[in-house]
Amino acid sequence: MREIKCECGHVNPVGTVLCEACGRPIEGNQHLDGNNNKKLLNMRYDGTARRSQTYNKSIIDKIWSFFSSVKVGVWLIVIALVASMVGTIFPQEMYIPANAISRNPSIYYEDQYGIFGLIFYQLGFHNLYTSWWYLVIIALIGISLVICSLDRFIPLFKALRHQKAKKHISFLSRQRLYSETKVVSNEEINLLKTNLKKQRFKIKVENGHLLAEKNRFSRWGPYVNHIGLIIILLAAILRVLPFFYMEEYVWVREEQKPIVIPGTKGQYYIENKDFILETHSEEDDRFEAAIAQEGMIPSNFQTDIVVYQSGEKSVPGAEAELEPILDDSVRMNKPAKFDKYTVYQSGYQLNEFTSMTFKIHETSDSEEVALDTFTVDLAAPEPEYNLENGFRVVVDKYYPDYYLDNNGIPASETNFPRNPAYVFIVYPPNSDVAEVSFVGIGRNIDATGENNYKLGIEDFEMHDVSGLTVKYDRSLPLFGLGAAIFMIGVIQGMYWQHRRIWIHPTENGILMAGHTNKNWFGIKKDIENAIEGTNITMVEDQQELDEK
Amino acid sequence: MSLDQIKEKKKKKKRNRLVFRTSILVVLLAAVVFALVSNLKADNTIYRAGDEAPDFKLQQISNNNELESVQLSDFKGKGVMLNFWGTWCEPCKAEMPYMQSLYPEYHDKGIEILAVSLDNTELAVDRFIDEYDLTFPVPFDSTSEVEDLYKVGPIPSTFFINPEGKIEEVVNGALSLERLEGYLQDIQPK
Repeated sequence: MREIKCECGHVNPVGTVLCEACGRPIEGNQHLDGNNNKKLLNMRYDGTARRSQTYNKSIIDKIWSFFSSVKVGVWLIVIALVASMVGTIFPQEMYIPANAISRNPSIYYEDQYGIFGLIFYQLGFHNLYTSWWYLVIIALIGISLVICSLDRFIPLFKALRHQKAKKHISFLSRQRLYSETKVVSNEEINLLKTNLKKQRFKIKVENGHLLAEKNRFSRWGPYVNHIGLIIILLAAILRVLPFFYMEEYVWVREEQKPIVIPGTKGQYYIENKDFILETHSEEDDRFEAAIAQEGMIPSNFQTDIVVYQSGEKSVPGAEAELEPILDDSVRMNKPAKFDKYTVYQSGYQLNEFTSMTFKIHETSDSEEVALDTFTVDLAAPEPEYNLENGFRVVVDKYYPDYYLDNNGIPASETNFPRNPAYVFIVYPPNSDVAEVSFVGIGRNIDATGENNYKLGIEDFEMHDVSGLTVKYDRSLPLFGLGAAIFMIGVIQGMYWQHRRIWIHPTENGILMAGHTNKNWFGIKKDIENAIEGTNITMVEDQQELDEK
Repeated sequence: MSLDQIKEKKKKKKRNRLVFRTSILVVLLAAVVFALVSNLKADNTIYRAGDEAPDFKLQQISNNNELESVQLSDFKGKGVMLNFWGTWCEPCKAEMPYMQSLYPEYHDKGIEILAVSLDNTELAVDRFIDEYDLTFPVPFDSTSEVEDLYKVGPIPSTFFINPEGKIEEVVNGALSLERLEGYLQDIQPK
């Protein structure tokens, strides 16, 4: 292919559809924009040469032209959409319920969903949204967006900047809005100009050829919009960096000594002073019916926390001085903030045991008169208790969360004092004869059946556990910026239209043509207003609707 | 403009275009590679095989062991099996006897077993140690700091650390006696 010299003398780059200077359709290139069998010209990108479609020599050019195709872009989006939909058919790996038969994905999916579950797992859809190939597709969409935009924006920008007022007759006559006026006086032309100026058209005149143009910037809307999208994609990429985003979940027990906030490298500790769960009052008329139907309805979840900053320590795990830096209440949607972190109320667990008080009484005593009492602090149970009245109690076994395992052996299901149970060895005063008792909530088992003394729960205290999310997200401003630019682009392209009117003088009269990228009714109005008070013929809408 | 000049200009234009396109593509490619690599390493706070094992210091609570506290860096030159466990965890119970059965032999061969307990109460751990007659050091992570440092997920979770202080292998889940012995041999000082 060679560069094309137009009749008007302008040399156009290869691939040009409409001469850059005079707009005359370039022979042999009309198929590019589908102008062959049409009366009207396709004004897309003003008929400029999209470079990608013309130079395909080096590998770089080939890659470039691949990504510059809108068709490729649309297909990438379709593939991403379909993949995203497939990923939602079964839960992602991280959402396999805790009570599933197995949380191992290789077992769970097949067990739960049969053959389709197995396929789902084997194809890697159980971790779709972080899988490399999904990310590659999203990345390719991003690349396609950048290259498509550049490949169209640059030639269009140049073409509109260098456009001439003087256009070829065939360019005008093949516009959608077109009229011929046989006789037009100079006064009428001047009036036309004034009227156009009044409507904020910018006017350019060359040898009597006139170009009136307004709102060109509306053409940049889609590209501004794409810049916004690219910033959003960029923000999403940056979000995986620890600098931009961190989220951790921590369970904090009331009155437990401060624990390390995960994800802060041991720098901060947190303590739960009090967890408060309030419910709506039954006496309130507004809630009466709902409470009758649903039961208690919480009105407040709140944790009073203290955050400590750790002093210098030589090595993680070593004891350090803690300095309180924040004393605050965290409530639903009312997070607390310290340093760069925000703490949200996200969960709770009621009624773990804090301490239990036991009394010792004679087995035969139906009154159960306490001979001695002792209190077990469940945060730090003692191995043995020497009591005032001479009893000695050894804690032989301690199960914080008692249950019988598969073999019927007592065990603890979790680490937390939710259902504490003990095996106590009781030594009566001045005696070495041990009696063994198993004591739990609602359980009191005398293994031998010959115990003289019995242990009973006299009192207990409970505490709550609060689940807190600790996070920071520095990528949000970037998302906001991207979304704002996106919106500006949409508005720019949506609420303004790029309107152009060409006047081509003939012997005694003029040819007039108009073009806009949308809202043809609007430009017709503009032209009507412009020719008011003149004899210039109103343009005719030559729109040819494609035959169905 | 002479023909030569035109040709020269054209050549320059083509070269500029190539440079422009290449640089844009390189920038985009770099962004994609960055996104992929950083995403695949999104959990990069988890230490994996080949990484330096981060140092820590904890109280040692087993009465069967004379150490007061343990600091990982004190064991440089020895192989270290760093095991995270809890008394309530069934698979931990299953592998503890294996660890104990191999401990005396491999301790003499220059290996230390550090079984970091993630329990809430020392009592539960003490009773467990008595029941299983464990003699290796049991550091107690009361503030969960070391758990967070190593980003320990479900337990048991075991890090085999070689004499140079590098993580040789990370094993999540319980070990059989044979596998355990194999890993211990891997980190045994030569």
